[in-house]
Amino acid sequence: MSHVMRERSIRRRAAVAAAAVPLLVLAGCSSTGAADGTTEITFLTSNDAPNPETAEALAEAFEAEHPDVSVTVEIRPGGTEGDNLVKTRLSTGEMADVFYYNSGSLLQALNPDSSLVDLSDQDWVGSLTEEFVPVVSTDNGTYGAPLGASFAGGVVYNRAVYEELGLTVPETWDEFMANNEKIAAEGDGVAPVIQTYGETWTSQLFVLGDFANVLAIDPEWAEQYTAHQRSYAEEPALLGFQHQQEVAEAGYFNEDFPSATFADGARMVAEGEGAHYPMLSSVVQTIVQNTPEAVDDIGFFALPAAEAGNTRATIWQPNALYVPRSTEGAELEAAKEFVAFVNSDAGCEIQNEMLPPAGPYAGTCELPEDAPPLLADIQAYFDEGRTANALEFLSPVKGPNLEKVTVEVGSGIRSAEDAAAFYDQDVENQAKQLGLEGW
Amino acid sequence: MTATVTPQVRPNRRRRRAAGSTSATQRTIYPSWFYLPAAVLYLVFFAVPTFASFYFSLTRWTLFDTEFIGLENYVQFFSEPQLSRGFVNTLVYGFVTSGAKVVLGLALAVLLTSQLVGRGYLRSVVFFPVLVSTIGVGITFKALLDPFDGVVNTMLAAFGIDGPGWFTDPAQALLTIAAVDVWKGLGIATLIYIAGIVAIPQEYYEAARVDGASRWQQFRSITLPLVQPATATVIILSLIGGLRSFDLIWATTGGGPGFTSDVIGSVIYKQYQAGFYGLSTAGNVILFLVVTAVMVPISILLNRKEVDR
Repeated sequence: MSHVMRERSIRRRAAVAAAAVPLLVLAGCSSTGAADGTTEITFLTSNDAPNPETAEALAEAFEAEHPDVSVTVEIRPGGTEGDNLVKTRLSTGEMADVFYYNSGSLLQALNPDSSLVDLSDQDWVGSLTEEFVPVVSTDNGTYGAPLGASFAGGVVYNRAVYEELGLTVPETWDEFMANNEKIAAEGDGVAPVIQTYGETWTSQLFVLGDFANVLAIDPEWAEQYTAHQRSYAEEPALLGFQHQQEVAEAGYFNEDFPSATFADGARMVAEGEGAHYPMLSSVVQTIVQNTPEAVDDIGFFALPAAEAGNTRATIWQPNALYVPRSTEGAELEAAKEFVAFVNSDAGCEIQNEMLPPAGPYAGTCELPEDAPPLLADIQAYFDEGRTANALEFLSPVKGPNLEKVTVEVGSGIRSAEDAAAFYDQDVENQAKQLGLEGW
Repeated sequence: MTATVTPQVRPNRRRRRAAGSTSATQRTIYPSWFYLPAAVLYLVFFAVPTFASFYFSLTRWTLFDTEFIGLENYVQFFSEPQLSRGFVNTLVYGFVTSGAKVVLGLALAVLLTSQLVGRGYLRSVVFFPVLVSTIGVGITFKALLDPFDGVVNTMLAAFGIDGPGWFTDPAQALLTIAAVDVWKGLGIATLIYIAGIVAIPQEYYEAARVDGASRWQQFRSITLPLVQPATATVIILSLIGGLRSFDLIWATTGGGPGFTSDVIGSVIYKQYQAGFYGLSTAGNVILFLVVTAVMVPISILLNRKEVDR
């Protein structure tokens, strides 16, 4: 899961964390190897629904195919708490034989060269997309196999509202604002833009989802940002903050934006109470669960740039499965087989069923035929080559307070310029903690 | 190993000091080794971590390695843009909650020490919120005070009043949390005041009544001065609690919207959460110093008054 996604479940995590403690204690004792000839391996996943359910389904199907291996699923909390747990267990050699974790900058923080098993000799590696390989690799090896599909960050919108008002998908920011104006004027109470600051992570999409547009203007931006040569206080990156301010000042948000939650936002866009929800396309998983009859009404477009030629979709790569160095011998073989199984036909079937894809797969799996139509919208950006990875897959620099700052911009507490400068200062701590050069 | 060594060393030192005959040690009736378990616990769980935190605040550390960087964390902490806001909020929160607890606590205590039907029951009712978990209180109030679906604003709407965004209005959030804090912590203040008022001998009131003092004069001239020790305790306890408050703020607004209800405690927590361990350790050392700097003078002042009386 991306940084953004991780934030979402913090509250749920708090509740599950308590339940997870006994499991973790048990995990310490459940070392591998059994007397009766079967190999026992453990699989550590995170507690966000539907991850535990998916893990159980995968383990069960794998055991059916490999009667001599048994897989025990362990559950960990997510967020920073989960990060610390993964790092601690890796460093003390107590890590589960297979574990599920972020790709991109968070993976790099695990020091994969010394802590993980290089999987680059596995068959499935050849099927990985070229966007995915770098986010699970170092110069010395490839360490992760994708679990779940990628997803896009942009505007999730209600097609029925668009049809009713005769709107077309905007390619430029001005067109987007014109659509908002028309919805506000003729939409009969439909909120042009949905914001849900009851869960602060949802406020970041104007900035994070605009990143592909930044790269379209300045292809060097991510590397230069890591080297402290670019900042959010300057264009083009500043535009994301400014756009959010513009929409807020125009009064286009739903009335209850200060306290609405992510689930409220999903429901509003699904039922047409709001027209646009700047969000990750994976919100469709929530919609499938809560308002399945509305799934066909949901579409997606990239956050529009100032010029149509620069409008791109920002893509989040899926999380991955890893095998730690502490796993050896028969367990290592079983762990590799399990990882391969997840990306086999049988594994893909389970992924399609348990984790409805909200974007293209990064490996062998193929999208189901009954995939939500929003997927076709996203696929179109891929087909046209108009996508780029989110910043967190290209640079390790991310400050912890972005979501607070974007709430302030959306609530009119702080101006876009101020907020961008604030955020530039906020990331300094992260860069220093990572020991990056130039900070 | 240390456990077997220390008993031999410590008593010797003790005895030598006893021989130096300060009056305090002579009065003690327990053998020195009697203090040892407490001393060891104190060292291991309080003294060592405190001094370790002073050291770690000078480093940039992860769980596995540390890098000594001198005072850089302190420089960084003070240049945090959210800090100035947090600092002001901490003081506002501390003094507002403390002041409200003193005034309301005393008023309730006077009420609950008077001849009242169901006095015992009312006393426990006032104390109940203290027994509830702070996080539970926070979540409950967040639901009650939801600006759109909350019970409070729905009821206000029935009377035609447009209720404010209690936790979501940037100008209001901190004061709302302070009000919830007062509701939750008032029981302790009331309890301390009740004890203080009950301890005042009835003769004073009887004498005053003979002299024709009014109720208000009795309160001004007898109750108020004589509950001074209780007031000192309430102020000190609630101010310390207010200055390092965190849990209720985190459960209700998380310091938001934006940073508008951030206090030093929540700023530090967010830094820790983000993995800036050195920085947040430095923040805790600073919080420790701030609380000390505010509390020592207040405590000296209040205690001096008490002696003067």
